Amino acid sequence: MSTSTATDLPAIAAPIGSTLSALSAPKRPPGLLRTAWGLGRTKIGALVALIILGFAILGPYVSPHGSEQYIDGASTSARHVKGLLLGTDNGGYDVVSRFLHGGRSIIVMAFFSTLLGVGLGAFLGMTAAYVRGRADEVVMRILDTFLAFPQILLSLLVIAMFDPRPLVIILTIGLTTVPRVARVIRGAALSVVERDFIGAADAIGEKRLRVLFSEVLPNVTAPLLVEANLRFTFAIGLIASLAFLGFTPRLGIANWGLMVQENGGTIALQPWPVILPVFAIALLTIGMGLIADGLTRAIAGVDRGKAEV
Amino acid sequence: MSVPILKFLLKRLVFGILTLLVVSLMIFFVTQALPSNPGKLVLGRDADAESIHKFDVDHGLDRSLPYQYGHWLTGVVRGDFGKSYFPAQIDQAPAVWQDSGPRIGATLFLLFSAGIISIPISILLGTYAGLKRDKKFDNTSSVVMLLLAAVPEFVLGTFLIIIFATFVSHLLPGAVILSPGDSPWAHPKELVLPIVTLSLGVIPYVSRTMRASIIEVLESDYIEMARLKGLPEKTVVWRHAFPNAVGPVFQVIALNLAYLAGGIIIVERLFNFPGIGQALSEAVRARNLPVIQLLALTIAAVYVVTNLLADIATVLVTPRLRTRLT
Repeated sequence: MSTSTATDLPAIAAPIGSTLSALSAPKRPPGLLRTAWGLGRTKIGALVALIILGFAILGPYVSPHGSEQYIDGASTSARHVKGLLLGTDNGGYDVVSRFLHGGRSIIVMAFFSTLLGVGLGAFLGMTAAYVRGRADEVVMRILDTFLAFPQILLSLLVIAMFDPRPLVIILTIGLTTVPRVARVIRGAALSVVERDFIGAADAIGEKRLRVLFSEVLPNVTAPLLVEANLRFTFAIGLIASLAFLGFTPRLGIANWGLMVQENGGTIALQPWPVILPVFAIALLTIGMGLIADGLTRAIAGVDRGKAEV
Repeated sequence: MSVPILKFLLKRLVFGILTLLVVSLMIFFVTQALPSNPGKLVLGRDADAESIHKFDVDHGLDRSLPYQYGHWLTGVVRGDFGKSYFPAQIDQAPAVWQDSGPRIGATLFLLFSAGIISIPISILLGTYAGLKRDKKFDNTSSVVMLLLAAVPEFVLGTFLIIIFATFVSHLLPGAVILSPGDSPWAHPKELVLPIVTLSLGVIPYVSRTMRASIIEVLESDYIEMARLKGLPEKTVVWRHAFPNAVGPVFQVIALNLAYLAGGIIIVERLFNFPGIGQALSEAVRARNLPVIQLLALTIAAVYVVTNLLADIATVLVTPRLRTRLT
């Protein structure tokens, strides 16, 4: 774009030249991420999500007590136990320590299941859109059947057969995410594969896998980014919900979902072991949701040449 | 009814039944076909081989997999869902339906109530937001909906318990407490929080779709035409725009009722409601396969039926589809 301008002004010093060429070159729209970042909600979302992620990831290192270190009688308020900020929970553990230990496993499992689900889903969706025809039809129909099950039901069925080990949870949540991601990415890729540069790449004999990754993929990154964000949010909710139902890798280990269930009955007596995890999950999912919304708005704005504020 | 409509309904019905068949195969595959040796789990670790074998024979687990599937499926069609794995003595084990039947009724009641409440509310909210596009109401509702959509049900429900049933106020009971023999709707006040939690999970999606749909319709040519004709705005919106905008929303409603069917597993646990959600988590913990199969099939059936109804409703409600059926 800017090359012609640059060659017209060979003698001018580089900084001025680049300024001039930047001026005369058609204005490039700012990048998607930058546009999204310009929206207030994205900043708030990122801040909130980062704080909670920080608590979850770093919590175990700063926790005053071990996650399974018995302190005092069950559900005692801080007034009756010396040295504890918020008292003990139903099992006699320090509430603060349980909270600081209880987020990491959820985040880690959610991260890997999202990686698996979005990666595989995007690949299937792009491939289906690219090859079209019979294969497209068959793959999408099969994936659609899985949509007849709520994700949590499928997860429960699988967990009924295998214990809720971390790997089982990651695989189940990841694989049940695939159909939804594939749907969305196929939709986004359909308009891309119609465009001329794909035909050109095919015509010069590029390998199909290469076309898929170096031509199609870069053009669906925007919806992919939104989808990954949304799926991560839902994975956190889902894994915490499973823990709330009592399906965690190891019963008794600190986990935000499990904390809510264990201490729900004594909430009137000792609210903190319920309030802390519930607020953490709410803030984390809301923060991620705000980022996804910011990205979505940025995409809509970039398409129209201006971003909504 | 005209012939094309009947033909369309029949086609949808056949497709629904086919989906259920595939779903039943999937449920069977995940539960019974995977090698898991349920007899050993039910009878305990130190059960001898003989009693495990007897358990397998009693529940038909010694037969070939195709036979097991066929047996289960023909049973399902006749309304016989097999016997519970507990207690292990087959002559004492109750039929699965005995315990699950009333629970299915209770859950359907809960789902129905949540649907009846949330669907009109979300359609109205979405329409109003769409009409007031980018105004204060629209912006506020979009943020609130975003928050509601992001948060998992058990967190939402716990907030409601904190606000309405414990700390902030004691307006509503925080749990369903039924004596044996009570119908699930014996204490309506106890159902308020579960139904509200479920509804709040659905309203964001449906109202957002409704908003987008009405905005799209309002920008169309025929609405401009109606306005140029000088029709009053009220007529334009409710007579011309709304019927066309509400059609596509039914699909989203159906998808969300399926989502509700997943949400009940959590909500019933949180509020101690005696429906299939609770029963399912218990059955999963105990690996009571016949119960899991029945309940999973029920949830999938709810999804297929609501989808069918949504397809039909879409066609009947949308003016331009009604006249163009094939």
